[in-house]
Amino acid sequence: MPAKRPNNPARELLFGDLWEYDPAPETAPAHIAPQYGLFINGKFTAPKSKKFFDSISPGNEKKVSEIALANGADVDAAFAAASAAFPKWSKTPGAERGKYLFRIARLLQDRAREFAVAESIDGGKPIRESRDFDVPVSAAHFFYHAGWADKLDYAAPGRTLAPLGVVGQIIPWNFPLLMLAWKIAPALACGNTVVLKPAETTSVTAMKFCSILQDAGLPPGVVNIVTGAGDTGTNIVQHPAAAKIAFTGSTAIGKFIQRTLAGSGKKITLELGGKAANIVFEDAPIDQAVEGIVNGIFFNQGHVCCAGSRLLVQEGIADEVLRKLKMRIRHLRVGDPLDKNTDIGAINSRKQLEKIQELVKSGVSEGAEIHQPACRLPKRGFYFAPTLFSNVSLSHRIAREEIFGPVLSILTFRTPEEAVEKANNTPYGLSAGVWTDKGSRILKMSTELKAGVVWANTYNKFDPASPFGGYKESGFGREGGKQGLLDYAQIA
Amino acid sequence: MTRLPITKTPKCYVGGAFIRSESGRVYAHNDSAGAFACNIPLCTRKDLRNAVETAAKAGPGWSKRSAYNRGQILYRIAEMLESRAGEMSAALALTGASPTTAAREVRASIDRAVHYAGWTDKYESLLGSVNPVSTPHFNFTVMEPMGVIGILAPEEAPLLGLLSMVLPAIASGNTAIALASHSQPYPSILLGEILAVSDLPGGVVNLLTGKRADILPTMATHAHLRAVYAAADKTERTEIQRGAAEHVKRTVFIHSETPCDWFEEKAQGPYQIRHFLEAKTTWHPIGA
Repeated sequence: MPAKRPNNPARELLFGDLWEYDPAPETAPAHIAPQYGLFINGKFTAPKSKKFFDSISPGNEKKVSEIALANGADVDAAFAAASAAFPKWSKTPGAERGKYLFRIARLLQDRAREFAVAESIDGGKPIRESRDFDVPVSAAHFFYHAGWADKLDYAAPGRTLAPLGVVGQIIPWNFPLLMLAWKIAPALACGNTVVLKPAETTSVTAMKFCSILQDAGLPPGVVNIVTGAGDTGTNIVQHPAAAKIAFTGSTAIGKFIQRTLAGSGKKITLELGGKAANIVFEDAPIDQAVEGIVNGIFFNQGHVCCAGSRLLVQEGIADEVLRKLKMRIRHLRVGDPLDKNTDIGAINSRKQLEKIQELVKSGVSEGAEIHQPACRLPKRGFYFAPTLFSNVSLSHRIAREEIFGPVLSILTFRTPEEAVEKANNTPYGLSAGVWTDKGSRILKMSTELKAGVVWANTYNKFDPASPFGGYKESGFGREGGKQGLLDYAQIA
Repeated sequence: MTRLPITKTPKCYVGGAFIRSESGRVYAHNDSAGAFACNIPLCTRKDLRNAVETAAKAGPGWSKRSAYNRGQILYRIAEMLESRAGEMSAALALTGASPTTAAREVRASIDRAVHYAGWTDKYESLLGSVNPVSTPHFNFTVMEPMGVIGILAPEEAPLLGLLSMVLPAIASGNTAIALASHSQPYPSILLGEILAVSDLPGGVVNLLTGKRADILPTMATHAHLRAVYAAADKTERTEIQRGAAEHVKRTVFIHSETPCDWFEEKAQGPYQIRHFLEAKTTWHPIGA
């Protein structure tokens, strides 16, 4: 073990300081059409609104495509198609429904690279993540749920499952294709039909996905995709033909949906915001924990509802963890989402960038200490350097509000009880992380933490077989696994 | 001279104690013939808030009891109810149930407690799971109690309806506050006395009496109630869900416009318990 040299920390070699990395852009074609209509009744159709809006790439602010702005009449048409398709689809034998989902999974795998590039262009996430995570896991969701379609009665022993009807689904911009897969796959497996709206800034892969539905021969009307902004979403939420609304997004909108649907008898599932605690104990393997902390907050630019945005470090190792984190974030490469070496891509929109900037400013003015590496950000596009805040207290806005960006707030604790108290001291309850070498402590912490997902000695892992969803104001219902499946059916 | 019998002052079972409403208010309860029977506490939103506080305190201890222990306590409720079955039948007959109907409701209630006593250590293996994820992780989902549950019991089936809503909530370790039938409150008063001698820790079940309109708005909006389970009509459901949205509270409804068959097999089971569970999934790497 080397001697401790408190005033002379270990020397480090930062290659990026000495040599420039050559650009390594992903060049596979994304095949993005210049304009997308709505996907209703199995066909791309011009919006009745006759309106389109631009989708730009947050990586360089260039126009990517024109997206249809669905109005009330368009949403009506989508629900009419979904309602018309429901009787036949819901009576299609489960084994046959499953085959369509298997086909969709396979066709998505075939075109995985193309979809990954399109996702990174349209949404700004690094190609490494869209290629290795978003697209393959999206395909996996279809494959997993395909197998459920003819086995539904095994999901609720003693009862039978019946489909709900037409499901309205509204998804966010942080994992556009993956959230679409999380929503559509279980809905179809249970025999429902769907009207789905992608987020305003990230519609491209959803519209590309429609061509896969056509290639798979999915009956018209089973899946309908309408694009637009908040008004389009409101039209879906309020539509009388919807039997269920499934929403992933902010807690404020989730509450609006719950209020709006009060008394309607419609089923609701909500996957809302989070402010997860990532708790590091003194006996944790520190280097692994540091990697986990970095993955927990900088994955997808921190645009993750379950991001480990509140780091709770036991006091004895707080200085060491901060030092290692500061060093580690100097190695993160921020820039072109399509560059295969990029760790942190573009912030999804100017609006989101401004929100991050505003909250970071509040962190500084409320007295937390900011640490940012010197890094060159591209001149065009929306970028934000990885940011750490130390000396954060629970009352600071950066410790309470969801930032949804690459910004980590670091707090300390002394005892496991204090860690639990601080971790649970939030209206949210989506996820948490625990780092310790002690097995019994992991199970104890997992029991005490009020969160739907607990990652122990890992972080930000997802799988179709693993239910995901929150406690408290992080929403209700689960997505994935047997538990998620049940939220798309009536237990009769 | 004939001896004047001692009549009982009805009190609500809250926090393991028997209370009158903090308001000091009561409403007169008449028997089916219209004669005065007793005064029933008219509980207020302040009583509800006090009950939530005591239920929240009882929660950690109750949820940490072993499933076996919770099962035995639920079974003890059945034992205590069985031993006072005659008295309970009389309580149900007070508002007009025939002796046969009353006895049938008591029997079904006892059986319901036995049913849930057997579920406490079994629903987990049915509803939870070990999940075969495709990365080298051990991944499992356990079902956890939500916390404090607010219950609005139906007006009819004043014992069976109430118990059918309370038992699945507490079986998993939740604690509950229930507002009893307004028109037939006396069985809930007697049920409180039975629960008090059932080894059930104080505060796990809290039974209020009074007007639905006095309790419902606070039950809908109270931040520390994690779910509301209500036999309610459409207006009430709308109000509850609007209030619930303030804290993304879970709501489960029984539509009071349509008659509910509390005796049927489907009025009980693990899917009722499931309404008041949160699925928690834990990941851990598999490796040396």
